[in-house]
Amino acid sequence: MSDKTTTADEVVSRLRDGMTLGIGGWGSRRKPMALVRALLRSDITDLTVVSYGGPDVGMLAAAGRIRKLVTPFVTLDSIPLEPHYRAARERGALELMEIDEAMFMWGLHAAANRLPFLPVRAGIGSDVMRVNPGLRTVTSPYDDGETFVAMPALRLDAALVHVNRADRLGNGQYLGPDPYFDDLFCEAADTAYVSCERIVDTAELTKEAPPQSLLIKRHTVTGVVEAPNGAHFTSCAPDYGRDEAFQKAYASTAWAEFAARFLDGDEQAYQSAVREGTWKP
Amino acid sequence: MEAMTSAEVTRAEYCVIACAEAWRGNGEVLASPMGLIPSIGARLARLTFSPDLLLTDGEATLVRPDGTAEGWLPYRQHLALVTGGRRHVMMGASQIDRYGNQNISCIGDWERPKRQLLGVRGAPVNTLNNPTSYWIPRHSRRAFVEKVDMVCGVGYDHVGAAARYHRIPRVVSDLGVFDFDTPDHSMRPVSLHPGVTPDHVREATAFELTVPDDVPQSRPPTAEELRLIREVIDPGNTRAREVAV
Repeated sequence: MSDKTTTADEVVSRLRDGMTLGIGGWGSRRKPMALVRALLRSDITDLTVVSYGGPDVGMLAAAGRIRKLVTPFVTLDSIPLEPHYRAARERGALELMEIDEAMFMWGLHAAANRLPFLPVRAGIGSDVMRVNPGLRTVTSPYDDGETFVAMPALRLDAALVHVNRADRLGNGQYLGPDPYFDDLFCEAADTAYVSCERIVDTAELTKEAPPQSLLIKRHTVTGVVEAPNGAHFTSCAPDYGRDEAFQKAYASTAWAEFAARFLDGDEQAYQSAVREGTWKP
Repeated sequence: MEAMTSAEVTRAEYCVIACAEAWRGNGEVLASPMGLIPSIGARLARLTFSPDLLLTDGEATLVRPDGTAEGWLPYRQHLALVTGGRRHVMMGASQIDRYGNQNISCIGDWERPKRQLLGVRGAPVNTLNNPTSYWIPRHSRRAFVEKVDMVCGVGYDHVGAAARYHRIPRVVSDLGVFDFDTPDHSMRPVSLHPGVTPDHVREATAFELTVPDDVPQSRPPTAEELRLIREVIDPGNTRAREVAV
């Protein structure tokens, strides 16, 4: 059995310019922010990012790393509009494939199931079809004859997700109320990197919670990174909630200034700066 | 806190009732309110005339009004529930037009928007699969537009052959209640809140809206409904943050 533990910087060293990258979580919830921060410390760019967008998208867009974004929304949840993403869109900085939340999910399912597409009753009649002229429809071969969108598989070169616990082999566990789509991201990807709050022995996983909390299976995982507070400033229930004060500071600070204050150093420097609280108004 | 002790019913409380009424007679379906006043309305409906409704805690748990968990509904199951149709959502709308097309994505040209908003979110899947109502806390010409900049929620003139499960039961604003029960499915007023005149609504709507002079008034809350709103569901008066009148 192979030990897949690695570091965030090693994960990033395996990524390349131009890759299609899936990022787990939802909005400003359980985002693999330590991995995103490592990505921001690298020079990797020209990415296609596939995400139920939150600050992961805001930061990568602000830093000019995204060539194309595939998403149904970008939000900070408690702050509805992600200001850095907004600015990037309003200056025309990235290509966008804007699709519905369910279309996105079925695109991941198609990729995980090695299907070219799945039919979905969503998109037809909306401007999702106008702004994505590449989307095709498919007509039911049965008596109903209904027309659906043939949602193409969202196949990923790499997936980045963050969970509460994992073992060294890549079995990932969520302890919060919602798995989001993190298992699907890993299954839809050629390589998948799981960061977690704490790496524990395999036997420990089911002492803390029932087996159905074991969301991510090791055969879908390439590398495991222990990253305490690694979803900060997004939520990682039940380990911690969203750091609303910090998120507010992020949203109200010019990107260049935020990046200089928090992202120029390594993850340890970031976590120290967060703890010291010198950013507080 | 003055409004709390006042016997006078506020505009926000009329809006709560108008939202709650959207879920009347819906049976055992998930009520998905977005926004403060729709959330208060859904809980009021659940506590009174629609006791079979299911409600979430805003995260992944189905809860009774007292907070007791009764089910699990993570996002993946929520999206599947939508396509099963056993849900009535009340979404917001940055723009809505006379046929009920809704926009929450962006203002201006989609290629390079003047103002980027949320994105289409689940509006396309919602409108083709389960009843979708709308809540617009500030009725204005900026919100009630001739043509939306991006069709997210699908209106009656765009739905075409995908109309099988399409229905927009109502639109509630701070001025009144509207529906699409007309021969061409264009919007019409169902009732106006007290103090709102037909002229007021016409002026605040950028498309031509026929408002008969005898359009009824929105119904007031009963004494029990008012008690539930003020003492049980929203003692902090958060509703006044959404509709101040």
